[in-house]
Amino acid sequence: MVLEELWTVKELFTYPNEYIYWSIQIVMYPFMTGLVAGAFVLSSLYHLFGIKQLKEIARFSLVFSFALLIVAPLPLLLHLQQPLRNYFVYMTPHFTSAIAAFGVVIFVYGAIVASEIWFLYRKHLVEGSVKLKQQLNKNLAEKIRYGVYTILTLGVFDISERTLRQDAKAIKILAGVGVPVACFLHGYAGFIFGSVKANALWMTPLMPVIFIMSAIVSGVALCMLTYIITMEVKKFRAARKTPFPIHQTREEIKGVEIDVVKKTARYLLVFLIFSISLELLDLIFRGYTAVKSWDILRRVIYERDFLDIFILQYTLGNLFPFILLLIPRLTIRRAIPALFLVLLGVFMMRWNVVIGGQSFSLTFSGYMNYRLPIIPHSLETFKEGLFGALLIGALPFILFWIFSKILPVFDMEESH
Amino acid sequence: MNRRGFLKLSIKGAAGIAFAKGLDEIFRPRQGLAAVKPVRWGFLVDTYKCIGCGFCVRACKLENEIPYEANVSRTWVERYVITKDGRVFADAPKEARNGFTTNRVDLGMGRYQDIKGEYIDKAFFVPKLCNQCDKPPCVQVCPVGATYQTADGVVLVDRKWCIGCGYCIMACPYGMRFFHPVHQVAEKCNFCYHRITKGMKPACVQACPTGARKIGNIKDAQDPVANIIMTQRVSIHKPEYGTNPQVYFIGLSEEVR
Repeated sequence: MVLEELWTVKELFTYPNEYIYWSIQIVMYPFMTGLVAGAFVLSSLYHLFGIKQLKEIARFSLVFSFALLIVAPLPLLLHLQQPLRNYFVYMTPHFTSAIAAFGVVIFVYGAIVASEIWFLYRKHLVEGSVKLKQQLNKNLAEKIRYGVYTILTLGVFDISERTLRQDAKAIKILAGVGVPVACFLHGYAGFIFGSVKANALWMTPLMPVIFIMSAIVSGVALCMLTYIITMEVKKFRAARKTPFPIHQTREEIKGVEIDVVKKTARYLLVFLIFSISLELLDLIFRGYTAVKSWDILRRVIYERDFLDIFILQYTLGNLFPFILLLIPRLTIRRAIPALFLVLLGVFMMRWNVVIGGQSFSLTFSGYMNYRLPIIPHSLETFKEGLFGALLIGALPFILFWIFSKILPVFDMEESH
Repeated sequence: MNRRGFLKLSIKGAAGIAFAKGLDEIFRPRQGLAAVKPVRWGFLVDTYKCIGCGFCVRACKLENEIPYEANVSRTWVERYVITKDGRVFADAPKEARNGFTTNRVDLGMGRYQDIKGEYIDKAFFVPKLCNQCDKPPCVQVCPVGATYQTADGVVLVDRKWCIGCGYCIMACPYGMRFFHPVHQVAEKCNFCYHRITKGMKPACVQACPTGARKIGNIKDAQDPVANIIMTQRVSIHKPEYGTNPQVYFIGLSEEVR
């Protein structure tokens, strides 16, 4: 039995070797890189263009972007038939392939984000290290914390006015360089699909741009959502007056929170409009030009995948949140479902590209139906199934939680 | 250096040059190299001759160690049935490894279509195999260079270097590639490269009882296959993808997908 037969059901005339080779993990991959790029662009709007309204969410989304970045290559790794050979991509990159650029792009981008975070939190790291050094009788947790802080300072303990000004300058430069690299990271994921001339649905030069726009939409939405959740936790703690260090009262947090959400939502809407316009342009153009492949594409888009494309993606994932966010006097209670729907919409867009692109045969006279493996009977059905995808989806939050233990991601005071 | 030493050295030098020149004249390496004819493997499929027996698929699976029961194959045979009302039916049940033994057309998902002889306008078989394109998209997209084109035009896969990303499978417009069920790397038809480089014929060519499959060197004007490709009306599969396939078909109908 061929592995892909686990989730592919073939219908009418297809070539014998045709299966859905790129399954759920390849849906997760552009979804995750999209979130990385989106979160970074959001943070750069503040650091680079000085959009003050986004100050609160900017530092937070930068760290979140880094957590997402570490997870982004994992779906690819889980999908490889030979995962132990993954480093071949870095060792012998074959540069006529879009995937070969992966190693270069992800390391360059990772370096940019890591150094930007370092410059941003250097003062905090140094202060933490110095403070713990002076403290006598450290317990184990404090010893670990001291070790981590000291290592992360990289031996630079100078936090004079002058060096901090230089840090701020470096952050600005890195944010500036980072935006095109983030767009490239994700645009190139779009290029991987858009450049496959054998696939009638994928092949369009619009693909990288569509991917970037929807990436920013999803990244902003996820950052807002995580921001709201953490703020709600803070409010809850403030109300209960827990012994954790709390700087504000419940009302103060609430005021800041809705303010940040309202301002960020405006940017989300702008990118959502771009994203939807491009996707509709692509659809209209295909229908109008109606080349040879349109016959089967039309049947896939308007009939077989109607639910996935028009109901889940366009209506639930785009139209509904658009209305919810556009109605004046936005509340947190209204923002939460809207943001979840935005994420659903972007996820369904990835799904409809990756799975939809493989749901019709190269013969143009047959179909392949995808059945997502749910119960993990074997390693393969775990990796390429629902639980593998959920694992990938959960990992960034776990990483972010660890980061937030080391870095003051939510602290409201401080400069920068 | 004195005069004697100079003369000695000159004579030695002259003798050396003459000796080297002599060797070159005797063995003529340049001419020797030129005598090796350039090779570009090409394939000719005469669809009129194909009877749909599936011997080629069976031979290929055995020769290239593709598990017989696995629903993937380096080569297959398609059947096309065009009915009097203009409908086109096509199938390749189990890659045709067991041949076409019934009139029922396989519609997939366990459904079949019985077509009576009197409703049929025309019906024919088309064997398919890797086109060994001159501009192979599969080679272009391999991120690690594990798949490559040899000097004689055949596209090969390095099983020790393929990471199994599946990009080449996505890139092939002909659906020729798949993951080997045992080795878990990209797999494809290579004209039985291990055989043709030793002067043998590919397994499918040898197994074909009617001569529907032929292989030859299209750079050699004396080659009978090259001769047919040059002098007769042949066509290639899906030229719109710009891949320059090197498998030529006789009698490729417009219904063929």
